[in-house]
Amino acid sequence: MEPFRTLSAPACGLPVANIDTDQLIPARFMKRSRSEGYGSYLLHDMRFGSDGAVRPDFPLNHPGAAGARILVARRNFGAGSSREAAVYALVDFGIRCVIAPSFGDIFASNAVNNGLLPARVEETDAEALLERLAAEPGEAVVDLDNQRIVAGNLSVAFKVDPVCRLKLLNGWDDIDLTLAQADAIAAFTERDREARPWATPRR
Amino acid sequence: MPLPTPRTLFDKLWDSHAIVTRDDGQTLLWVDRHFVHEGSFHAFNKLKERGARVSRPDLTFGIADHYVPTRRGGAIADPSIRSMVDQLRDNTADNEVLLFGLDDPRQGIVHVVGPEQGLTLPGLLMVCGDSHTSTHGAFGAWGFGIGASEVAHVLLTQTLWQRKPLRMRIRIDGRLVPGVGAKDIALSVIARIGADGAQGHAVEYAGSAVTGLSMEGRLTLCNLSIEAGARCGMVAPDETTFRYLDGRPFAPQGDAFARAVEDWRRLPTDEDAVFDREVSLSAHDIAPIVTWGVSPEDALPIGGQVPDPAHVEDPAKAAQIRDALAYMDLKPGQDLSAIRVDRVFIGSCTNSRIEDLRAAAAVLAGRQAKVPGLVSPGSSLVKRQAEEEGLDRVFREAGLEWVESGCSMCVGMNGDLVKPGERCASTTNRNFKGRQGPGSRTHLMSPAMAAAAAVTGHLTDVRDLLKGRI
Ligand code: SF4
Repeated sequence: MEPFRTLSAPACGLPVANIDTDQLIPARFMKRSRSEGYGSYLLHDMRFGSDGAVRPDFPLNHPGAAGARILVARRNFGAGSSREAAVYALVDFGIRCVIAPSFGDIFASNAVNNGLLPARVEETDAEALLERLAAEPGEAVVDLDNQRIVAGNLSVAFKVDPVCRLKLLNGWDDIDLTLAQADAIAAFTERDREARPWATPRR
Repeated sequence: MPLPTPRTLFDKLWDSHAIVTRDDGQTLLWVDRHFVHEGSFHAFNKLKERGARVSRPDLTFGIADHYVPTRRGGAIADPSIRSMVDQLRDNTADNEVLLFGLDDPRQGIVHVVGPEQGLTLPGLLMVCGDSHTSTHGAFGAWGFGIGASEVAHVLLTQTLWQRKPLRMRIRIDGRLVPGVGAKDIALSVIARIGADGAQGHAVEYAGSAVTGLSMEGRLTLCNLSIEAGARCGMVAPDETTFRYLDGRPFAPQGDAFARAVEDWRRLPTDEDAVFDREVSLSAHDIAPIVTWGVSPEDALPIGGQVPDPAHVEDPAKAAQIRDALAYMDLKPGQDLSAIRVDRVFIGSCTNSRIEDLRAAAAVLAGRQAKVPGLVSPGSSLVKRQAEEEGLDRVFREAGLEWVESGCSMCVGMNGDLVKPGERCASTTNRNFKGRQGPGSRTHLMSPAMAAAAAVTGHLTDVRDLLKGRI
């Protein structure tokens, strides 16, 4: 995975709370393989009308949002299902950082596993960022080392789980870290067979 | 020697699964059960990319539920849906993983089948690429949903890295009034703490109203934990749990069962254990609940009115309500019981077990539904039992369609969709925009309430229809 240090890119404000995974990617698009790309389905039913026409009033469709790699939203972003396709849609669209006051837990883990930073900010800071982007869409700088977001003259701190921060900074992959623990895992299973003999399903 | 620190149920589960803890606080945990379904194809593809195989097929179980048709017979017509079911068949066969497939008499929704088969046991850590894996917590197991990268990780290593969540206890004491059940408790909790109210927390449900619930009720309650944002939800195992498990196909039997019960009795939270957060509700105050908006937190007692954004001070919250009302086509201040529905759906891992079907049938017996509806039992075995009890006849005679088991209209992946603009009284778990199909409008409620809505054609207090019946 590509390490994440500082991202300087166009940002787009989405002043909506509870953007759930069903909105991030509606279920009907989830049958494709990843190689076909999920970007065109991102927030599909918000970006497009039922006739497939682009909704010009939707923030991601504004000319100022072209090439957006940072998204700012309201609380509880990514609530709902465990579908990692919600993250694929964001990443394939080009988004590398979502800024919001809170995130669905499973979404946040999925995000980090795909190099997408879920940056938690205070509610008032989210509102300030949204206000600024509404008035004047433009670039923002997300500095993961220092956990800071700068947009024009606005500078706010953000939080991210420390482990997620390390994983993103280093571009670590969990599987490799785990395979290095093979001995500890073997010792555990041996102990566990004695401690919880009932844990193995009867066949 | 100092006395051992009192531990919560969750602490005990955590401790018994921890393999190693890194300096940064991440702990590698052992996974006892892993369920895969059609949507797990991304993870199997990752495995193939690495040229790897499932490391513990004996702890991995496949279930066809998300995409399966509910009207069966003949091949699946839609090739893209058929391919989802076929991929699961091939991936599980290639890795020697037991599959409860389309033609298996035990097939059903993963969170119904696991408990029913005795695969779900107290003290286990269980995962699945589905957020409602919290359901299994009803047994005092630790169940949680994971994404495709994590599914691949578990397939490969049978372990998962996690950071210990905070602990929250939600107590519901007192007696529920007739016509009110686990779904109403869960929606009341979510309305109270918010759809992100339990984020980062492992929830334990306690109190007399919870221990008084059957296993079916506890499953419904734990199922909806994720709709409050919780990492998991659990109920301590007790006699009700053990009685349910005795004799289940995959559960230990005889002496092994007795030994297990002995261990399981030590799982409940120690008396002096401390939680990071406590919430309590009085069961007596809980009325039948319906949702009016597009998040499960948009829930109110049926006697209430649609909220008016003009009376809400917080501008962001007011905007959220306005947006929800526009999507749902509702007016501020409108009586909830005046909301007409176009169809009902009784099913999903939240409310499709035998008790749910009985509760709905008790309302529908001898009555006619004013709107069309679909009843999809949680598993093929639940379906058979319901038919033995004659419940299928009650649904059919009321004019509802009785179909096979699967996720069906909970998520619409198999083509069971609510049409654009249609309003559905649904026993499912998510009223998100477009969840039941593009443009669909969902009102969440209990099976009894959905049955009542079917009879009257609008949201209705089921207690009025139960007079003289219970
Ligand atoms: S019924 Fe719905 S919530 Fe339950 S497992 Fe299926 S899709 Fe997920």
